Amino acid sequence: MKLADTLSLSLHSLVSARTRSLLIVLAMALGVGAVVVLTALGDGARRYVVGQFASLGTNLVIVLPGRAETTGGFPGAALGQTPRDLTLDDAQAVGQLPDVRRYAPLNVGAAELSSGGRLREVTVLGSNAELLPIRHMELAQGRFIGGAAQIVLGNAIAQDFFPDGRAIGQRVRLGDRRFRVAGVLTTQGESMGFNTDEIVIIPVDDAQALFNTETLFRILVEARSRSAIEPVKAAITHLLKQRHDGEEDVTVITQDAVLETFDRILRALTLGVAGIAAISLAVAGILVMNVMLVAVTQRTAEIGLLKAIGAPAATIRQLFLAEALWLSLAGAALGFMLGHAGSWLIRLAYPVLPAWPPAWAGIAGVATALLTGIVASLLPAARAARLDPVRALSGK
Amino acid sequence: MTAAAMIRLDAITRVFHMGDQEVRALDRISLDIAAGEYVSIMGPSGSGKSTLLNLIGLLDHPDGGHYTLNGIDVTTLSEPEQARVRRTRIGFVFQSFHLVPRLTAAGNIELPLMLEGMAAAERRERVEAALKAFDLTDRAHHRPAELSGGQRQRVAIARATILHPAVMLADEPTGNLDHRTGGEVVALLEDLHQRGTTLIVVTHDRELGARARRHIGMRDGAIVADET
Ligand SMILES: Nc1ncnc2c1ncn2[C@@H]1O[C@H](COP(=O)(O)OP(=O)(O)O)[C@@H](O)[C@H]1O
Ligand SMILES: [Mg+2]
Repeated sequence: MKLADTLSLSLHSLVSARTRSLLIVLAMALGVGAVVVLTALGDGARRYVVGQFASLGTNLVIVLPGRAETTGGFPGAALGQTPRDLTLDDAQAVGQLPDVRRYAPLNVGAAELSSGGRLREVTVLGSNAELLPIRHMELAQGRFIGGAAQIVLGNAIAQDFFPDGRAIGQRVRLGDRRFRVAGVLTTQGESMGFNTDEIVIIPVDDAQALFNTETLFRILVEARSRSAIEPVKAAITHLLKQRHDGEEDVTVITQDAVLETFDRILRALTLGVAGIAAISLAVAGILVMNVMLVAVTQRTAEIGLLKAIGAPAATIRQLFLAEALWLSLAGAALGFMLGHAGSWLIRLAYPVLPAWPPAWAGIAGVATALLTGIVASLLPAARAARLDPVRALSGK
Repeated sequence: MTAAAMIRLDAITRVFHMGDQEVRALDRISLDIAAGEYVSIMGPSGSGKSTLLNLIGLLDHPDGGHYTLNGIDVTTLSEPEQARVRRTRIGFVFQSFHLVPRLTAAGNIELPLMLEGMAAAERRERVEAALKAFDLTDRAHHRPAELSGGQRQRVAIARATILHPAVMLADEPTGNLDHRTGGEVVALLEDLHQRGTTLIVVTHDRELGARARRHIGMRDGAIVADET
């Protein structure tokens, strides 16, 4: 018997037993759909987290005062001494290190912004012009070179204070100091719990004067390349230890390490969820086996007839396997579409979540469905092929 | 026994076990049938007629004895080889027609050609010719449920003869038909015999049995009469 005929004859049997076929296809489709949707959710969560980190900056190395390893209490307290603060000089020295592309000292505080009778409390970042490229922030208008008394407004603040859109060059007050608006940030929304639409940026000198401090909150460093991250981290640790009289009293963290941990955890989670969804496919497999066994019983006389007119056992087996193949294919295809539709609905409902099913999930779901269908029908097909033709013809 | 025998049964025994009861459906049967013969097998119910026919048609296997078909000991053939012999050399017609209910008349007639692996275009031609020969052209796309008993048996005969088998085996072919329709079906089978097919008919019907050139009588798994 030709393969094409085996396929068309088995398809014909399935179409005749419409309800039974639809039931199996649906069960298969739900299994495959579940795999696709759940992996889309898992991978979406992973991409969301990775994206949040990436928006912080590329090849980012962050220096903060205090030792993170010290157990309990305030960093450094275990040694009975207050940690040395980070200073602008520290930041400048770090900036001179090889493999450092950019650096930005950072001060953070809150102050009252006022202009034209409006008044509002805002978060203030004190830094230099490099902060913008390091933190992947962009200006919608103007230019920020970090000159004295320059201020950059977050998008929401600019709209609040200057609804006509003409913020550049305007004078504002921050605390008791005067600034001239040099730029307005593009809207970026929230990332890592920090909304750049609601901040203002001023030169670090002004910030230190405003908050009456000599110290820095952070030093942000961008390494030249991914592979330079670790050397830069080591160099910074070494340099600051020297500058701080041999005391290792700063913590240097890289975004990569955190990112990789999250990435690993969320990948494992996605795999686990996909595995659980695949169990529903195993259930579908048991259903396929049952329904096929019933079909063999119902079609006993037909199998006997086929044998009587000269079908060898192998052909009978192939006919039933082909039926399983069709059912699995249809189930997998429908499930694939259901899964993608489900993922699309999730993306529609939660636009921040990039719930795209990864390619491997679709392939794995479809392959599992095909395998399940074929394996589940091996026994029924073998039973059909083994039937004694005389007994089968009499329907026994 | 003639050397030219097409079908040669030599001390064929077939035993069925029903619990601890043993039924000797065929008890050391020896029989020669030459190519082109027209044989009727008659006997009371349970005498082993169907079992004998199934054995000749390779649907069943003897528990003892030898069966040679065209000089080949078919009991030694492998399962696919036996299937091939059934497909190409033997045609079956049953009392209850045994059509596949979801296939049309044409689809049922096409089955053996499909099993044989014939190309679709040639299949279509052959099926068309068979439909015409058995006066079924206007019923080609009807399912068995939409056909009369006589039409169904004509489809079954068309299917059994589509690959021009040398042997036609009919087990009570008129058993489910009224007298007139049964007569038409017998005429079709005898027509095949006229054109050289070896025809073996199992029947209860004395009138039909008498039409054959050779009459075999069975009782309790043994041949009790063999007249020409
Ligand atoms: N599959 C079977 N299992 C058990 N006994 C069987 C089977 N097939 C036939 N028999 C028995 O073998 C005997 C012959 O049966 P069969 O050839 O069908 O008779 P006939 O066709 O002459 O009526 C009967 O006694 C019947 O009960
Ligand atoms: Mg019988």
